[in-house]
Amino acid sequence: MSVVGHAPPPFFKRGPAPLVRLAFFVSLSLVLLIADLRFHTLEWARLAVATAAWPLQRATGMPIDAAGDFGAYLSRQATLLKENEDLRRRQLGTANLLLRQDHLEQENKRLRTLLDMRERQPVEGRIAEILYAARDPFSRRVIIDKGSQQGIAAGQAVVDDIGVIGQVARVFPLTSEVLLLTDKEQAIPVAVQRNGLRAVLAGAGAGMMELRFLAANAEVQVGDVLVTSGLDGVYLPGLPVAKVVKMDRDSSHSFARITCEPLAGVERHGLVLVLGSRTALPPQPDDAPATPDLPKGKRVKKKVR
Amino acid sequence: MQPTHSSRRILLPVRNWFIVFTLMVALVLNLVPFGRLPGIPDWVALVLAFWCVHQPLKVGMAAGFVLGLAMDVADASVMGQHALAYVLLAFGAAGWSRRVLWFPLAQQALHVLPMFLGMQLVMMVTRMIGGSEFPGVLWFLSSFTATLLWHPVTYLLLIPQFRPEDKDVHRPI
Repeated sequence: MSVVGHAPPPFFKRGPAPLVRLAFFVSLSLVLLIADLRFHTLEWARLAVATAAWPLQRATGMPIDAAGDFGAYLSRQATLLKENEDLRRRQLGTANLLLRQDHLEQENKRLRTLLDMRERQPVEGRIAEILYAARDPFSRRVIIDKGSQQGIAAGQAVVDDIGVIGQVARVFPLTSEVLLLTDKEQAIPVAVQRNGLRAVLAGAGAGMMELRFLAANAEVQVGDVLVTSGLDGVYLPGLPVAKVVKMDRDSSHSFARITCEPLAGVERHGLVLVLGSRTALPPQPDDAPATPDLPKGKRVKKKVR
Repeated sequence: MQPTHSSRRILLPVRNWFIVFTLMVALVLNLVPFGRLPGIPDWVALVLAFWCVHQPLKVGMAAGFVLGLAMDVADASVMGQHALAYVLLAFGAAGWSRRVLWFPLAQQALHVLPMFLGMQLVMMVTRMIGGSEFPGVLWFLSSFTATLLWHPVTYLLLIPQFRPEDKDVHRPI
């Protein structure tokens, strides 16, 4: 094949054999995998590359955003009017509570000082918008449009208007990654609202969550609402998290299998509120087990990177 | 039936910048945030496999490794996951390139389908060893979409190399 411009293929000088090259690159990839999975040592590299790629990423998102905007533009005026009406009614409904909130908080503070209790922390939050869901199909993460420049820090809780949706896992200068509650690596300490029973709720994949390590005869019913217990020092106590949808009390296992559904729009898009970090809780006494909910040795990771 | 190598017209030499350009375009296409929509092909894998089959001396495992790292960052996945999968894909595609090119395009696509599926399997195994959830069977749909795209992508990427077809009776080629 002597077409003009074709160089003759290099017959002898071809560098290392393909299998050698394969072994080299595979071992390099495996080293990276282990370094990232086990030791989380590669965050700085990710940060640098992600920052450089940010404008490109926003630019590629534009067609999708534009399509969404166009769809919204075409949505009929009637829908908008109805939504407006709905929102106004809801605002009126909550106005009573909102107006008295200040008064109640003041009163609560005074009563707490009288009782010599620690003051409840004021809630401060930052509104952020979910840009898109991360492409990684193995985890449940979303990207929000606020980053370390706007004061977001890893470990902060993220809520929407109904309840908790997750926790900030990685912070980049202008965006951050939120690990959703339904991710398998995410666990959150909760309490049953009805009776205050404490437990740990962990992601179970496929958009569901699982109440772990509760005895088969634990006092939980289908329909119970779970709220954050606030024991972890990350989430404020009392935020709604999930609802029990299925219970499987198999007496052959020592624990009940309790499946829960997130209350908040965990898998939806929209505006979210990133709550400020809580100040550290007082140090725990040494003799008490660190977290009474978690049996030792079980792999329940709480993501505070 | 005797294979005819009919899929291989005599082409102009490829330009290096075009290879780099197409791989960059594929990377940008992969950045488009489709979320968890099933059936979106992995453009980088498709273009990488194409160049590994057609130009195994120019594009190989090193390119796969670098692109894999870029994808790992863009995807917010574990570092090394895409790199490992793309290196194996490049190895398979370059190793099979001599065989694949003898077949017509439809059968070429059937050759690359197991490569794409193997790549996704590698990714799944590495992540599930790391304790992640099963992404669902629908996730494998993207391999099939990529296979369907092999035919159009071949024409698209070979356009700069096609020669004008001026039949000369005195020269058979």
